[in-house]
Amino acid sequence: MDDLQVMEEQGSSLWRDAWIKLSKNYLALFGLGVIVLLCIVSLLTPWIAPYGYEEQDLMLGATAPSLQHWLGTDIFGRDMLTRIMYGGRVSLMVGFIATAVALVIGVLWGAIAGFVGGRVDAVMMRIVDIMYALPFMIFIVLLMVVFGRNILLLFLAIGAVEWLTMARIVRSQVMSLRKQEFVEAAYSLGLSQWTIIRRHIIPNTLGPVIVYTTLTIPSVMLLEAFLSFLGLGIQPPESSWGLLINYGVETMEEYPWLLIFPGVTLSLTLFALNFLGDGLRDALDPRTSKD
Amino acid sequence: MKPQVPVSTSSAFFTISLILLCSLLLGSCGSSENNVSKGNRTGTLHWGNGTEPQSLDPHIATGVPEHKIIVALMEGLVLKDSKTLEPRPGVAESWEISDDGRVYTFHLRDNARWSNGDPHNAHDYVWSWWRALQPALGNLYAYMYFSIENAKEYYEGEISDFEQVGVKALDDLTLQVTLKNPTPYFLQLLDHYSLYPVHQATVEKFGTADQRGTRWTYEGNIVGNGAFQLRDWKINRRVVVERNPYYWNADNVRLNEIVYYPTENAITEERMFRAGQLHYSGTVPADKIATYQSNNDPALRIDPYLGVYFYRINVETPQLQDKRVRRALGMTIDRDQLTERILKAGQIPAYAITPPGTMGYYPESDLRFDPEAARQLLADAGYPNGEGFPSTEILYNTSEGHRKLAVAIQQMWKKHLNIDVTLLNQEWKVYLNSVSMKDYQIGRAGWIGDYVDPNNFLDMFLCNGGNNRTGWCNPAYDKLILEDAAEAETHEQRLAIFTQAEKMLLADMPVIPIYIYTSNNLVDPSVKNFSGNILNQPSFSEIYLESDNGGQQ
Amino acid sequence: MLRFAFNRLLQAIPVLLIVISATFFLVHSAPGGPFSADKAVPPEVIRALEAQYNLDQPLWQQYISYLGDVLQGDLGPSFKYSGRTVNELIAAGLPATAELAMYAMLVALIIGISAGVLAAMRPNTMQDYLPMSAAMLGICMPSFLLGPILVLVFGIHLEWLPVSGWGDIPGDKILPAITLGTGYAAYIARLSRGGMLEVLSQDYIRTARAKGLSEPLIIFKHALRGGLIPVVAFLGPAFAGLLGGSFVVETIFQIPGLGRFYVQAAFNRDYTMILGMTVFFATLIILFNLLSDMLALWLNPKLRQQAGGDS
Repeated sequence: MDDLQVMEEQGSSLWRDAWIKLSKNYLALFGLGVIVLLCIVSLLTPWIAPYGYEEQDLMLGATAPSLQHWLGTDIFGRDMLTRIMYGGRVSLMVGFIATAVALVIGVLWGAIAGFVGGRVDAVMMRIVDIMYALPFMIFIVLLMVVFGRNILLLFLAIGAVEWLTMARIVRSQVMSLRKQEFVEAAYSLGLSQWTIIRRHIIPNTLGPVIVYTTLTIPSVMLLEAFLSFLGLGIQPPESSWGLLINYGVETMEEYPWLLIFPGVTLSLTLFALNFLGDGLRDALDPRTSKD
Repeated sequence: MKPQVPVSTSSAFFTISLILLCSLLLGSCGSSENNVSKGNRTGTLHWGNGTEPQSLDPHIATGVPEHKIIVALMEGLVLKDSKTLEPRPGVAESWEISDDGRVYTFHLRDNARWSNGDPHNAHDYVWSWWRALQPALGNLYAYMYFSIENAKEYYEGEISDFEQVGVKALDDLTLQVTLKNPTPYFLQLLDHYSLYPVHQATVEKFGTADQRGTRWTYEGNIVGNGAFQLRDWKINRRVVVERNPYYWNADNVRLNEIVYYPTENAITEERMFRAGQLHYSGTVPADKIATYQSNNDPALRIDPYLGVYFYRINVETPQLQDKRVRRALGMTIDRDQLTERILKAGQIPAYAITPPGTMGYYPESDLRFDPEAARQLLADAGYPNGEGFPSTEILYNTSEGHRKLAVAIQQMWKKHLNIDVTLLNQEWKVYLNSVSMKDYQIGRAGWIGDYVDPNNFLDMFLCNGGNNRTGWCNPAYDKLILEDAAEAETHEQRLAIFTQAEKMLLADMPVIPIYIYTSNNLVDPSVKNFSGNILNQPSFSEIYLESDNGGQQ
Repeated sequence: MLRFAFNRLLQAIPVLLIVISATFFLVHSAPGGPFSADKAVPPEVIRALEAQYNLDQPLWQQYISYLGDVLQGDLGPSFKYSGRTVNELIAAGLPATAELAMYAMLVALIIGISAGVLAAMRPNTMQDYLPMSAAMLGICMPSFLLGPILVLVFGIHLEWLPVSGWGDIPGDKILPAITLGTGYAAYIARLSRGGMLEVLSQDYIRTARAKGLSEPLIIFKHALRGGLIPVVAFLGPAFAGLLGGSFVVETIFQIPGLGRFYVQAAFNRDYTMILGMTVFFATLIILFNLLSDMLALWLNPKLRQQAGGDS
């Protein structure tokens, strides 16, 4: 009975503990601050952007940063600051929503497969194999043609691809947890499988999951850029950071500011996410409290 | 039970990896001469060629990259001058044209040979042209033959006897071609690869005459009659051709070899050129052109190109049925701004479909950039100040250049007409499908001339023209192109008829001309005798390499 | 272990069948056919071409005959590259892709594991932050950005290395390997840091430390094996992915690999080529997932016992 009590206590105080630990980690707090700030700016963009995002001035063309245009203009004479602000709305939305889709499906799938094992595991992992092998681009083209272009669909399509690796990672983690002493103890105490998954398995896999999530968000943002670049994602004049970078690369020798500013913005965001992710990982690790 | 990886295993792993990585790095160092200077020494031209060729069979191939390889391997009866495009003797050393302009008699050289040494004669042409007109072969350029008497009828199965088609070998060295109507551009067609001869014995060795996808065009198999012969073909890597010693004019060919690189990405190709890996690149990214121009770099060659960029309008779209609306759209595209600020490579604003100067033809057009009049037209059509005009969509196939233009035009229409336009890009095959099913409202299009004649541009918009795709149909227009122009007695009369037809087209505006293409080539200064022409057609038998600092082929 | 492998290979058969069927019907329902072209294609030409490639038969009949061919190892003729078979095209593209994948993986493993282990040895110090920030930079530096930058710096300005090619000019394999490997290195660094941190907090490591073993010995002898489990799980799919070809890197560096074929085939609606590449790719994925699972078993003896008891 002793063992269970300890774990129950750990389970219930996990989140409170985590918050206390997180608030002592300045880098993580800085990351959180940057993310919150970016979200606020994105929400307010239509009201605070200096120009309209499709406002062109062809005669102006691409100009370096100036007092009128702090981050310069693109070849259409559009203000880059405005473009980056609007692009952030799309990128952050794709990044968060598609990753959330991937996260939910991948974690559940991997945890169940790894925990139940046997035939269920075999079937579930073979489904993952099948999904891996399907020609992704044809799949997206078809989706776009059948359902029309739709930003929600883009989230789903990206999420549907990104969850696969997540599932594999969670599964291998769960399989190694399953045989650990505390899980066997919980079994012997007659807890239901679902309770064990929820209380012990999921919290203990949070570490690798969070690490992989912080890796997924950037790759989702870049995948969106790739799809949009192939003409399968969002349509101009709308934009996203990934797309701005993609265009920026083509003219990086002539107009470097078209690459630098979106690139810096994206990198800053990813660093912030990374610090936050690391902080969360450390804060949520049930074992670090023992140190 | 504790994990036991012996130290040796993991350190062995690292050691092996390091050794491998070092060998990768070391095996590669050592100074190397770049392709251009090496090529100048050995007479090898390094040519950036766009994409991987689909086929080197002249009766199957359709694209520009294929064209650039096939012209090195094969040759037609008549060549074109590399500057003026005037006909010049090729396999035929001379020819006569009958007074009614319908019968051409070609006298072939007696020293023309195939690249395996076989004699090359008039019968080869009869057989090759018969092959090109077999529907099973799937020759997309069969229409290039349709000026020949009964060629179209034979191709479409109305007659089954090839004897009735106007091609005859009078003897081994004399070929007689009879045309349906006098066709002023017929000699030009002979220099198009779809009319090139193929070597019968080789084709039949690897399959039947009308079979696609046989291996006769592979290295080691293919036999041609051009200045070069195929030596090596590595997919997605390179195609190498070398001098053909049996070519009738081999003594005057100065290149020893041409290496073609299939580079889909224009930016990569430009970098390869800059790093001295290529002598030639045929695509220059628009934003790079300004850099070359401001450096006064002699490598950049801009020449007019026989092609027009335009927007098709699906005239069955409700809000686009009224020609006043279509005219208003055409009048509010500021072409000067587009060509100067976005395209930047000297493209010419187009106010008519046919490029000016095509066989002495200068289209008359009343199309102008005139927002004031356009707003009036739109108001007359029931949309004053753009009010109530339904949102309209521009379709383009995914490409950076098309995107830029569409984004700018979208804004111009918004600004001058106050109408909302959305953009839709589709992947190439989906776009082709949408356009041919007329499942679009306004669609980007381009047309590159196959031969230099207004007919090649204007017959696109015949009622049942396969490339019309706008739903626009005007029987009077059809009559001008199909009957009046074909029967015109003088060149001037013929051009006057085209002028009249083109005015008709522009008044209804099922298509909005936007600009006339230019060819933008990067040519290394060591490449001599490279002449730009409006078909952007290189003449490899004339080009030679000579580096200015003394390196000599 | 052998039984485990045999079972998994048996399971692979239905997986491959489903992949082939799904892809078959997927590509055939995508809009636009293999023979549509810029210029209008006369209907008689379309008919002739369809007859030649058996596209005029009912779809199910094409499906059956395709399955029959695949069973015999024949992936059919390419529609786009007249006269080439899919087998031939894959064989042409595989060497470059496999070689590139190997070099990229080497770069990734060496940089990634070293950085991850270094970081995990002293968490939350500069020895942790520096490599991890570099790793993050590697992740958000996609190959379409890193490739051109490397080319501009080392190829154009410094003129140290060729800007493109594969085995044509000495040294032309270096930049692509680094470009492709960097992203993976960053992932591996993050995963191995996480894995090592887990392991280093385990009891047996504390025991080893208590016994006074030197830190490198602890890392190499005891920790690495367990700490790399997440990396191994990632490795299988990653390597299979690399063998599928990297379209972006192959395009930037003009490498004659499978990635370009695959994307071109999808754009050209080269049905047999798409299908053939998919079958090939699926087989690779199944094999490499199996390998990485077997490697994970080998690294983790507890799982090994249990898999032995698996049906």
